[in-house]
Amino acid sequence: MSVASKEFIHKHAGHCESGVMSTMLSHHGLAMSEPMAFGLSSALSFAYLPFVKLAGMPLIAYRSIPKAIIKGLQKNIGVKMKIETFSNQQKGQERLDVLLEEGKIVGAQTSVFWLPYLPEEMRFHFNGHNLLVYGKEASTYKISDPVFEHVVEASEQEFLKARFAKGVMAPKGAIYYPTFVPENIDYASVVPKAVKAVAKRMLKTPVPIAGLKGMRYLAKNIRNLESKDRRYARLFLGHIVRMQEEIGTGGAGFRYIYASFLQESGKILGNETLLEASEMMTAVGDSWREFALLIAKSIRSKKSETVDFDAIAKKLESIADEEALVYQKMLTAF
Amino acid sequence: MKAQEVPQDDNSTYHGEKRAVYATTKDGDYDVVASSGWDVEAEATQQAVAELQRLADEAYAACETGKCSPLEYHMYAKRLDLLSLSQATGLFQWRIKRHFNVKNFNKLSDKLLDRYADVMGITISELKKLPQKES
Repeated sequence: MSVASKEFIHKHAGHCESGVMSTMLSHHGLAMSEPMAFGLSSALSFAYLPFVKLAGMPLIAYRSIPKAIIKGLQKNIGVKMKIETFSNQQKGQERLDVLLEEGKIVGAQTSVFWLPYLPEEMRFHFNGHNLLVYGKEASTYKISDPVFEHVVEASEQEFLKARFAKGVMAPKGAIYYPTFVPENIDYASVVPKAVKAVAKRMLKTPVPIAGLKGMRYLAKNIRNLESKDRRYARLFLGHIVRMQEEIGTGGAGFRYIYASFLQESGKILGNETLLEASEMMTAVGDSWREFALLIAKSIRSKKSETVDFDAIAKKLESIADEEALVYQKMLTAF
Repeated sequence: MKAQEVPQDDNSTYHGEKRAVYATTKDGDYDVVASSGWDVEAEATQQAVAELQRLADEAYAACETGKCSPLEYHMYAKRLDLLSLSQATGLFQWRIKRHFNVKNFNKLSDKLLDRYADVMGITISELKKLPQKES
């Protein structure tokens, strides 16, 4: 694959992993929007894992596990990716430099905490961040971080620290690049598969912590906050909002990105049902934003006022009902 | 959400950066809209940052009076907690807790201190003391 002389174009994205894949595939001649990368890898999800703690708070995820987009695209559209990890930091740096010298653009998994260009308030110990390295000048890496509007930079030392951060999901210097990119996508066969997979996952996952059941379980836990320590209860609610809005989701916990994917697919395939599902998903996204607003108001309220946990839980349950209709609609689209 | 309804609340936590949000344009088509922030999100972020600051301040005060070792302060100051510090260093939580004790902490080898210092991105001598309080 000869792409050495091709100019790199940075793209602003809602989410890191889908943003990286969209930009990377487009760079290699397969034009793909971020929502399309997100949708074709069936990345939309919901999970509430009270026993997995993240900074003292239970894990709440609005998408499938990290690397699922990279893997999903390999499986669904036949892209082949090479992922390399390293036990030795020096070797990890040398390998990246060699790839860059070959003119490749390289995806990398990093910690959020050690990225120098990130605002202080955004730096938390999360090791599943993705970005693209598109060049190196002297000892400075040229970085295209999809969640930034413009390109950014990091020094050798800073970047090495971010790539080899320790702890849960330690990136181990992971870098990746495509070894095969198909020339086009057979949307008529891929989209139905990807759409049905999401609908079934959300409607039918048998465990109570995932899909719509996970949302209802979270609602139940919100009600139980009534009897918990007040400070913890407020932090827990704030944590839900952060997972939904702050951690690079394109708004409303990926619901808007997914609505955009449904719209794009509906247009490509001339499928009216998908277009309707897209509008329904947009409404679902709006409900999630209302849910976040409801929480923000209750956190903001004076210490003496009591938080109406029941109202917040009810809102979440109504969103689960609303989402169920979208997934049922999606199943009837083909 | 419609493009014109995308909040532009100039979050201080963004430091002038913008975030990509998906919203619908006049024709109902989706597009990326750069948002300068949403108050709702900013409040949640600030709440989390303030909580970490509170924990660090408490540890700082306790360390000043010799009730705990500087390790506990640095842990919170670097936005870690017992669980994530344990995961990053590979040390058991009970062992780290022992090191919160000043007596035990002062006996630690440089090798072990380096393990802490490395994941926090500070030097051993920084780890061994409290930073000057910002006035």
